[in-house]
Amino acid sequence: MSILHTVNKSTYERDTLEACVRLAAKGGSVLLIEDGVYSAMSGGNKSSVIENAKDLSFYVLGPDIKARGLGEDRLIDGIKVVDYKGFVELTVSNDSVTAWL
Amino acid sequence: MSDAKKFMYINRKAPYGTIYAWESLEVVLIGAAFDQEVSLAFVDDGVYQLMKGQDTTEVGIKNFSPTYAALGDYDVNKIYIEKESLEARGLTLDDLQHLVWEDEDEDWAEKDSIRVVTSAELAEIFEQQDITLSF
Amino acid sequence: MAAIEVDGKSFEVDEEGYLEDLTTWVPEIAGVMAKLDDAELTDAHWEVINFLREYYEEYQIAPAVRVLTKAIGKKLGKDKGNSKYLYELFPYGPGKQACKYAGLPKPTGCV
Repeated sequence: MSILHTVNKSTYERDTLEACVRLAAKGGSVLLIEDGVYSAMSGGNKSSVIENAKDLSFYVLGPDIKARGLGEDRLIDGIKVVDYKGFVELTVSNDSVTAWL
Repeated sequence: MSDAKKFMYINRKAPYGTIYAWESLEVVLIGAAFDQEVSLAFVDDGVYQLMKGQDTTEVGIKNFSPTYAALGDYDVNKIYIEKESLEARGLTLDDLQHLVWEDEDEDWAEKDSIRVVTSAELAEIFEQQDITLSF
Repeated sequence: MAAIEVDGKSFEVDEEGYLEDLTTWVPEIAGVMAKLDDAELTDAHWEVINFLREYYEEYQIAPAVRVLTKAIGKKLGKDKGNSKYLYELFPYGPGKQACKYAGLPKPTGCV
């Protein structure tokens, strides 16, 4: 069983990503979309939320980081950038999707 | 019903401040009326939904906390509370409503619906669901 | 806004005939609503109507038919807690019709 988690809010505004990371089982995937992509930037005082979650794979939606002026070079190490096609592929390759609010 | 799916509703928001808590409860009741296997999880501020002694008369909003006690009638008897969320807020199980269900097969014996679980246990429970909805 | 007349007083109802303000309910409303459906209320009907009002008072919702049936069975006995009995009393559906007479909203999940 594998779950794809999506988070669409910045960790600087809400605790959604923290809840997701705390309650996602080992080996799960987390895709950051919309304002969720701000949480993927390195050097912030909340970057550790992702840096400490070694058991999970993190992805960001490319069009959303581009729209917000975030360069790929600013992302926390290990985060993969996917396009809309990659989003669909992640959805298909996991057993279910949990969209965190 | 063999084609019943396992539904998990994750509740993360306090009641009244936003509509999420009530919306979730309505969806749960509708889903349960269609004979699905329904579980609820209360995490983060969602644990405030089950506080005892809610009285909304002076704020002019419907107090829907009594409705949680009807969940047992709807065969919703797997209600998980995240231990870490309770403790972070200085709460214990005694601060929350005591939810029960009646087992028709055992002469309506009352059984507890609420289980306090750790984050890690909850993560495992989420893995067993067909559909998870977050509110 | 539609309304029904009961003993010279007017009560607002929605387009499906449900009472707009459940706090204004009086037993006579049920009788008038039944007459509009060509039905006559017996003690058996009142047992269900009163049960629904008590259920709403306690839980703040009108129960789904399945829940109502089970709860009636527990309170009034198996011979009454079955859909045949309840549909004979309320042919338009025990949830919809009995809730309407009881002044409650349509049951959650009822379409």
